[in-house]
Amino acid sequence: MSGGTGWPALAMFAAFVLLTLGITRWAARRTRTADDFYAAGGGITGFQNGLAIAGDFMSAASFLGISAQIFADGYDGLIYSIGFLVGWPIVLFLMAERLRNLGRYTFADVASFRFAQTPVRMLAALSTLMVVLFYLIAQMVGAGQLIRLLFGLPYPYAVAIVGVMMTLYVLFGGMLATTWVQIVKAVLLLGAASFMAAAVLWQFGSPEALFASAVEAKTNSAIAGGAAPAAAADTGRAIMGPGGFIKDPVSAISLGLALMFGTAGLPHILMRFFTVPDAKAARTSVLWATGWIGYFYLLTFIIGFGAIVLVGTDPGYLDPAGALRGGGNMAAVHLAHAVGGDLFLGFVSAVAFATILAVVAGLTLSGASAVSHDLYASVFRRGRADQAAELRVSRITVLVLALVAIVLGVLFETQNVAFMVSLAFAIAASANFPVLLLSILWRGCTTRGVVAGGAVGLTLALGLTVLSPAIWVAVLGHAEAVFPYGSPAIFSMPAAFVTIWIVSLLDRSGRAAVDRGGYLAQRVRSETGIGASGASGH
Amino acid sequence: MNGDNTTLERLADDPRYRRLVRRRGRLGMVLTGIMLIAYFGFILLVAFDRPFLAQSLAGGATSVGIPIGLGVIMLAIGLTGFYVHRANREFDAEVAAIVAAAEGGVRQ
Repeated sequence: MSGGTGWPALAMFAAFVLLTLGITRWAARRTRTADDFYAAGGGITGFQNGLAIAGDFMSAASFLGISAQIFADGYDGLIYSIGFLVGWPIVLFLMAERLRNLGRYTFADVASFRFAQTPVRMLAALSTLMVVLFYLIAQMVGAGQLIRLLFGLPYPYAVAIVGVMMTLYVLFGGMLATTWVQIVKAVLLLGAASFMAAAVLWQFGSPEALFASAVEAKTNSAIAGGAAPAAAADTGRAIMGPGGFIKDPVSAISLGLALMFGTAGLPHILMRFFTVPDAKAARTSVLWATGWIGYFYLLTFIIGFGAIVLVGTDPGYLDPAGALRGGGNMAAVHLAHAVGGDLFLGFVSAVAFATILAVVAGLTLSGASAVSHDLYASVFRRGRADQAAELRVSRITVLVLALVAIVLGVLFETQNVAFMVSLAFAIAASANFPVLLLSILWRGCTTRGVVAGGAVGLTLALGLTVLSPAIWVAVLGHAEAVFPYGSPAIFSMPAAFVTIWIVSLLDRSGRAAVDRGGYLAQRVRSETGIGASGASGH
Repeated sequence: MNGDNTTLERLADDPRYRRLVRRRGRLGMVLTGIMLIAYFGFILLVAFDRPFLAQSLAGGATSVGIPIGLGVIMLAIGLTGFYVHRANREFDAEVAAIVAAAEGGVRQ
């Protein structure tokens, strides 16, 4: 186990790479038009898309990160899982069908439907690139560390391999290949996690027995660490309730807002609603996604507690200092070895790698479409670009994004990446969600309103994060944070809503009359889908 | 179906369209409200009453927070299923009928 996982992992890894490259080759032959490239031709079914959405969501941060957090702190991991899940009903009740009925490739299509195209698309593209960039860096750093641990490769090579693989998928296979890689990976990941959770429950007989063993294991390790018996018992019990993860009520609510509403504003997730043929399929895909993601988080919970007992008490998985070999994120990977041996360890490692690749590919495609569809075709060429030129710009953007991701992934190697993911969610909740929601549901909304509100949300989310402890203290080395809370959403999200509302109300420009006049047509189309046939232009 | 203005105006004035939009909108709002109350209720418990969530459920290791947390996850899936069921059974048929009627009106 030193330095790498040996030939089973390598064999599984090679098999997966061949399989996904095969999918990409198949998809490349079917990718001719912009519709194929951005939206998989609109021919993905609700069930398939549900799996692909679940795949986008079950990222390495979810699988390795949440099980690692449960391994370390117990119940706290569940708070994250719940926050990631509860955004989905909101997306369904308020947005999914309307997104499908109004949009073609990107969420900016929806946000700018009745507004002046240039400013709204520029803002949407900017916030898309911000979200994609932070999410991408977090995934690249996670991927680099995982591959370095699994295969013993130097970190920069590991990051470069991820970058090159993802570029191949997106460049040649577009959304069709990205979607199918995502589906294959979701099925493999759900299967592997189901097996691990079942093996853990089989061994303990019941969840109660599992929890009792976990409390005992934590108590024993506290005693071994020199704690008095009473204090050790408290330490053991602490994993069954909320702990130090959330420090104060404001941070708790703020993180809750960012997690819940960030989901409804993540560009690479919203893009998935344009790969299905109609509103009904959009609806079905959210139901499947919610079911799979919820099931997956239940599994992760069992896996995390199983790891506390089966991995945390086994010296074979610990280094001499008593910490987990290869770092905290490896809890689930070690558990795979504990319940399934070398071959299953190889399988889970390959799936974990595939997870990162697929999520990174989806993110890159979303960033590329913001540049080529929103900036180049709609703003720069004012809708007069031909498809070939638009696709060329998109592919160049993919290359540039991959290069940027590799460089930043290497530069950020030692950074704590958790704040980048939470920042991505905070930006999505503060800049994208208010713009989308009010432009769809409020007649009085105007171009000036959404541009001002979106800009305020984006700026505040970024600015407050820089001033928060995660950057101001931990990265920049100041003694005390200017903004004391962990997440900016509780301030930046309401600020965006209020700005859109006030600026729209005060807007007396000629454009505002056009914006409000366009609401009826947009509303009827968003409610009925009339005129929104999949592959036709608008 | 181009969604031209005559069709759109005809649709917007159709009482069945107005009724559908009102009912579907209300259902979405009610379900959104339930989800928000459940989730932020949970978050407020985490923020203000950790000992309550951490206490033992039935004298064993399982804490009160476990069923509450799992309950929020189940509620999210349940509400989603309820909405999709209602929409597939009622709203889709109504939308199809309304659109067909509006387009028929244009052709006459």
